[in-house]
Amino acid sequence: MGLTAEESGRLAALLETHADKLTASWTDAVAAPLRGRLTRAELLRQVQDLHRTLVEALQAGDFDLSAEAAASLRATLVEMSRSRARQGFSAAETAVTVFGLKKALFDVVDVRGADPQVLADLLALGLVIDDLGLFTFETYAKTREELIADQAEQLLELATPVVKLWEGVVAIPLVGTLDSARAQVIMERLLETLVETGSPYAIIDITGVPAVDTQVAQHILKTVVAARLMGAECIISGIRPQIAQTIVALGIEFGDIATKASLADALRHALRMIEANRKARSN
Amino acid sequence: MERVPVLKIGDILLVSIQVDMQDQTALALQEDLSDRIVATGCHGVIIDITALDIVDSFVGRMLSSIAAISRVLDAETVVVGMRPAVAITLVELGLSLDGIRTALNVELGMELLARSRADEPEDLGIDGLSATT
Amino acid sequence: MTTDVGPQMVTIAADEDVVRVRQLVRIVAVGAKLSLVDQTKLVTAASELARNTLVYGGGGGAEVTVVDSGRRTGIRIVFADDGPGIADLDLALTDGYTTGGGLGLGLSGARRLVDEFEIDTAAGRGTRITITKWAR
Repeated sequence: MGLTAEESGRLAALLETHADKLTASWTDAVAAPLRGRLTRAELLRQVQDLHRTLVEALQAGDFDLSAEAAASLRATLVEMSRSRARQGFSAAETAVTVFGLKKALFDVVDVRGADPQVLADLLALGLVIDDLGLFTFETYAKTREELIADQAEQLLELATPVVKLWEGVVAIPLVGTLDSARAQVIMERLLETLVETGSPYAIIDITGVPAVDTQVAQHILKTVVAARLMGAECIISGIRPQIAQTIVALGIEFGDIATKASLADALRHALRMIEANRKARSN
Repeated sequence: MERVPVLKIGDILLVSIQVDMQDQTALALQEDLSDRIVATGCHGVIIDITALDIVDSFVGRMLSSIAAISRVLDAETVVVGMRPAVAITLVELGLSLDGIRTALNVELGMELLARSRADEPEDLGIDGLSATT
Repeated sequence: MTTDVGPQMVTIAADEDVVRVRQLVRIVAVGAKLSLVDQTKLVTAASELARNTLVYGGGGGAEVTVVDSGRRTGIRIVFADDGPGIADLDLALTDGYTTGGGLGLGLSGARRLVDEFEIDTAAGRGTRITITKWAR
């Protein structure tokens, strides 16, 4: 939404004339729905920033939100939306920070007694404010998306901890749905841990995995084969009855891979192997 | 052409591959190792591939050949230090390294060799023989 | 290295050229930010195909290019030789099939290690193999 240079100029003057009253009323409009989660002083500062950068952009003439002259206004809006998104405010609570200006204008400017010229300008300004609101909303949504992506990544890290159970035994308890991407991350993490800890035994516990499809089973099998190539043995534990049935129904061959009912059984099996190896050496 | 050094440590020959080998280098290593197994009478060979960032089918075949040749010469071969990315790639490539024993590192490789020597039934046979005579 | 890296050529005429192909592909793959596993897969595939170019094609060349699909970056390698070509492609792509005393995993294995694999060959017409691996 663009404005002519004259409209921009008159609106800048209007906003300037009533600066103090406007920002005060604007802050009140913003503060009400936030119910004290941000202090009034903080909000006033934000509103004053918005007011100042908006006036500056209007004074440059030919107002256009995407123009160079509106750069600092955009920056202020971005900063405000981002911090709202990060602090967990809702989209409406964020947008009200911009739309509060409309209410303030009604409070401060005598709309009923105004001449048609002022009314027309106010209407144009209303459209500008709508643009600012949309811009804010977009930035807010983008920030939320980034937050979600970050959290998903953190969750992936958290959901695949490789733990050392015993000298020479590491375990990876898998929890939740395994897709191909996650299975690949897990595979690499497990193999790296084997090298780092010098552990010849790895237990892959799938107690917390609700379902296994062909692809996921293939990933687990490949992990086991890769571990063997490196000189480590994998034991799969916690295969639930439904998963055992799926594995057989899909015709997936687990071959000579050791499978145990529980993590405890798998650990016992690994310790037995370690003990047998120790005895064989000391003979 | 570079040659990969073969070190003798006790009853074990240790080969640590540190260079990106040409095919000729790999073939030369295979010959050198066979000669050294016979010359030293060692019963164990450890090939450390920690430094190799890839193992292709040619190197894979060399490792299998070394393992097979040393077995004929009464020596056990253990390949140690394969990197995770290399192992994952080999699985995808379809190379199974049949007949090759592997361990995570040199230390575990030496344990594996000690264990397989201890398992050898002929040692017990000789003991039994000396007991009866 | 960025996406504006033009094609880089390596002539494959001797044993050590296979090593040079591997090293060049590694450098370009690191530059294109492929994951370690993807780098390893691509370099392994390049090693197999460079050796094929030398052993079966009687020598030729490899051309390494960084490509950009708009959404992601990838590496494309073209192996070309003027050798005898491959008469029966299906057979050549079968695991374990070899005419050169190898393991017969070169072509079929390399194909599994990359995202895109194209082969243009006929008996007496040489062989041209194009592989592409995309950064995830």
